[in-house]
Amino acid sequence: MSSIGTGYDLSASTFSPDGRVFQVEYAMKAVENSSTAIGIRCKDGVVFGVEKLVLSKLYEQGSNKRIFNVDRHVGMAVAGLLADARSLSEVAREEASNFRSNYGHNIPLKYLSERVAMYVHAYTLYSAVRPFGCSFIFGSYDQDDGPQLYMVDPSGISFGYWGCAIGKAKQAAKTEIEKLQMKDMTCRELVKEVAKIIYIVHDEVKDKAFELELSWVGEVTNGKHELVPKDIRVEAEKYAKDSLEEEDDSDEDNM
Amino acid sequence: MERHLMDSKIKGVSTGTTILAVTFNGGVIIGSDSRASIGGYYVSSKTINKLIQVHDRIFCCIAGSLADAQAVTKAAKFQISFHSIQMESPPLVKAAASVLKELCYNNKEELQAGFITAGWDRKKGPQVYTVALGGMLLSQPFTIGGSGSTYIYGYADAKYKPDMSKEECLQFATNALALAMGRDNVSGGVAHLVVITEEGLEHVVIPGDKLPKFHDE
Repeated sequence: MSSIGTGYDLSASTFSPDGRVFQVEYAMKAVENSSTAIGIRCKDGVVFGVEKLVLSKLYEQGSNKRIFNVDRHVGMAVAGLLADARSLSEVAREEASNFRSNYGHNIPLKYLSERVAMYVHAYTLYSAVRPFGCSFIFGSYDQDDGPQLYMVDPSGISFGYWGCAIGKAKQAAKTEIEKLQMKDMTCRELVKEVAKIIYIVHDEVKDKAFELELSWVGEVTNGKHELVPKDIRVEAEKYAKDSLEEEDDSDEDNM
Repeated sequence: MERHLMDSKIKGVSTGTTILAVTFNGGVIIGSDSRASIGGYYVSSKTINKLIQVHDRIFCCIAGSLADAQAVTKAAKFQISFHSIQMESPPLVKAAASVLKELCYNNKEELQAGFITAGWDRKKGPQVYTVALGGMLLSQPFTIGGSGSTYIYGYADAKYKPDMSKEECLQFATNALALAMGRDNVSGGVAHLVVITEEGLEHVVIPGDKLPKFHDE
């Protein structure tokens, strides 16, 4: 799966003989080393879920956030090198703010994600800088355009999605997401499913404790992106844990 | 500081003018007179066009220094066109008005021009925005502007009704322009009107002698 590009991988300004830019591929590897983040778009909003690995018992609960607010109506979930992600969230915030200043209304998500993608892409062109080692998922809700979900990766491309996953368990998460009928679900139903998917893909053996970060934006929040309220989050986590136990039980029966 | 007072004190060619924009059920009508004057004494043009199209369904009417207004609308037209192509969709009327407002506010020391932006977009339908001299942006169901507007505030406030039909609105706009042009010495010529709806545009030009008469014996 991975190949070493000896000699052609020293800078982003070099192509390999088979047409690859290795620095960008290595940047994507950095994203794959980070814990999983997922975003799913449903009929009336977007829900984000992040598996935030807790490396030390001394960490304050709720610190080291991986979901950011870019503008009142836009949320951003990240995976990869967090320092890179934080500085890019500032870039996204400035873009949204300048747009509002010039044109008097909320920035459309497609345009925001294209502008951020253009910025990320610029860092893949020169040997003097390195590519950003993070991917992000943008989500927003607007009364006229409805819910929108876009993902940007280190190569600087952005696509619109109904559901996407980034990070170490993205393949497993994608499989779970594909099972959902998200176009018919509401945010309240989706929050529980997102929690369940994060619990499913979390590897109990390799990574011990984790915190589930959940946020949403949609009709239920009146178009404002915010962290899911504590009581709904607790209910969603309970649903997730119960579903996992059920699956475990049914496995035992088969034996 | 007197610079910010009356249009008729502008040096050079000015549009001592009457402009207005009125929303009706399904669209918006934007209208103006066609006189350009120098110092309020000499009519430099009897048939100037003060209704500038900045996009497919968005028009601007200009008041104040003609040179300033033309420069600003040219820059705004370019910015709005570029913005629309980047967005891959027609621009919002509010976005067009904001672009004009930014230009007016950031250059308020040098410029002396005010605008009325009116148009139709998919999101909010027909809208009218005033961009005043210093860069204030205000959304209103109808608005009048220019030196001639002072003579028709009473008429406009009394006769405007929300949700008019197109014909009622045309009559309202024509009457308002005729009354202003009849009393203001720096407004005159022909009345230009543009009806903007989702379907398209309709230009109406009414020569001075065909305008409605009000006790003109």
